[in-house]
Amino acid sequence: MTYYRPRTAAEAVELTTSGADPAYLAGGHTLIPAMKARLRDPDRLIDVSGLDELRGMQHADGRLWIGALTRHADVARGADVFPALQTMASMIGDPQVRNRGTLGGSLANNDPAADYPAAVLALDALVETDRAVHGAADFFQGMFFTALEDGELIRRVGFRIPRRAAYAKFRHPASRYALAGVFVAELEEGWRVAVTGAGGEGVFRWSEAEAALGAGQNARDVPPPDAAAMSSDIHAGADYRAHLCTVMLKQAVGDLS
Amino acid sequence: MAIEFTLNGERAAPTADPTALLVEVLRDELGLTGTHIGCDTSQCGACNVLMNGEPVKSCTLLLAQVDGADIVTIEGLAEGDTLHPMQLAFKEAHGLQCGFCTPGMVMAGIGIAKRHGGAVGEDTIAHELEGNLCRCTGYVNIVKAIKAGAAASAGEMA
Ligand code: FES
Ligand code: FES
Repeated sequence: MTYYRPRTAAEAVELTTSGADPAYLAGGHTLIPAMKARLRDPDRLIDVSGLDELRGMQHADGRLWIGALTRHADVARGADVFPALQTMASMIGDPQVRNRGTLGGSLANNDPAADYPAAVLALDALVETDRAVHGAADFFQGMFFTALEDGELIRRVGFRIPRRAAYAKFRHPASRYALAGVFVAELEEGWRVAVTGAGGEGVFRWSEAEAALGAGQNARDVPPPDAAAMSSDIHAGADYRAHLCTVMLKQAVGDLS
Repeated sequence: MAIEFTLNGERAAPTADPTALLVEVLRDELGLTGTHIGCDTSQCGACNVLMNGEPVKSCTLLLAQVDGADIVTIEGLAEGDTLHPMQLAFKEAHGLQCGFCTPGMVMAGIGIAKRHGGAVGEDTIAHELEGNLCRCTGYVNIVKAIKAGAAASAGEMA
């Protein structure tokens, strides 16, 4: 395994064009645990954490653009960040994880229980890379799969600024990953509700909940999503996860700001 | 690639591979065994060290990632025989039983004190310990220790 520290994003991308299984390294809080569990065995580690062009936050066109290298702790404390996204970032992992883990790393991995995918989908975000701009709807392609091509590097993510939004999650007590996490956002054209942790195919939009909120229904009366589409493991069965979605929806709607 | 960083105030230039885990370099090459490995799966916090003043998990950090950084381990907190206020608070509040989780708890406590200041409450402390596990389940006294340690170190952490 060879370690590289490119000085520009272009150089980083170039490094991925050779080597059998190159991997970008940012905070390392997804990649390193995966390597320790022998789920990944890259032959090239391309450390992008020094690339200033992947940093920064700015408002433009009704969106908050956040650089891919921004750590969860920086989003949680970011003065420019709207409250729902701050809260979501403050709930990722634990303080030590938030001091290292990055937005880009979380999205590139698309863990089915990660928090950011729910925010990206609910806030109709754009994912800008070295070669394309992906809409949220196309970006996530089932658990651990995204629209990213080999070597494609996330530069920044543009979240739409919602009228109101909130995130609620039920955590696995040790890993802190979501057994069910629900991000609710009111955008100009209506409600968007995205669920992480519970779906059998990873993050998904809960269209029945969106329609119910749009029709002015109380969140309490929204029935659970179809359990057949939920994931099931030793931590929580599909029925329980479906039920947790309703509980987290109520909680999120109650916390809207 | 040669990696260099500041370790407990002194220059360190270990020869381990840049892709070695920091915790293993600290323990095996540099002989600082106060930083513990409790889980190796990024969940227990026994391996916490300070990186540029913030607690991070040294089991989830490659040596290359700390190139140029300022790293402090539990061995680097005391000044001579004078314990760091957070260490002293753990001693006085009986914030440890077997002591295995303690180095990581002390580092997490320093982070909590920095983020929340000297008047931080027990609920916040308990919540912010979400990344630290104690198998002796001495959490009540650990929370008390961090509260006292934060109050005692408020001045110097500002
Ligand atoms: S050994 Fe690092 S978190 Fe447990
Ligand atoms: S004091 Fe024994 S593990 Fe915490």
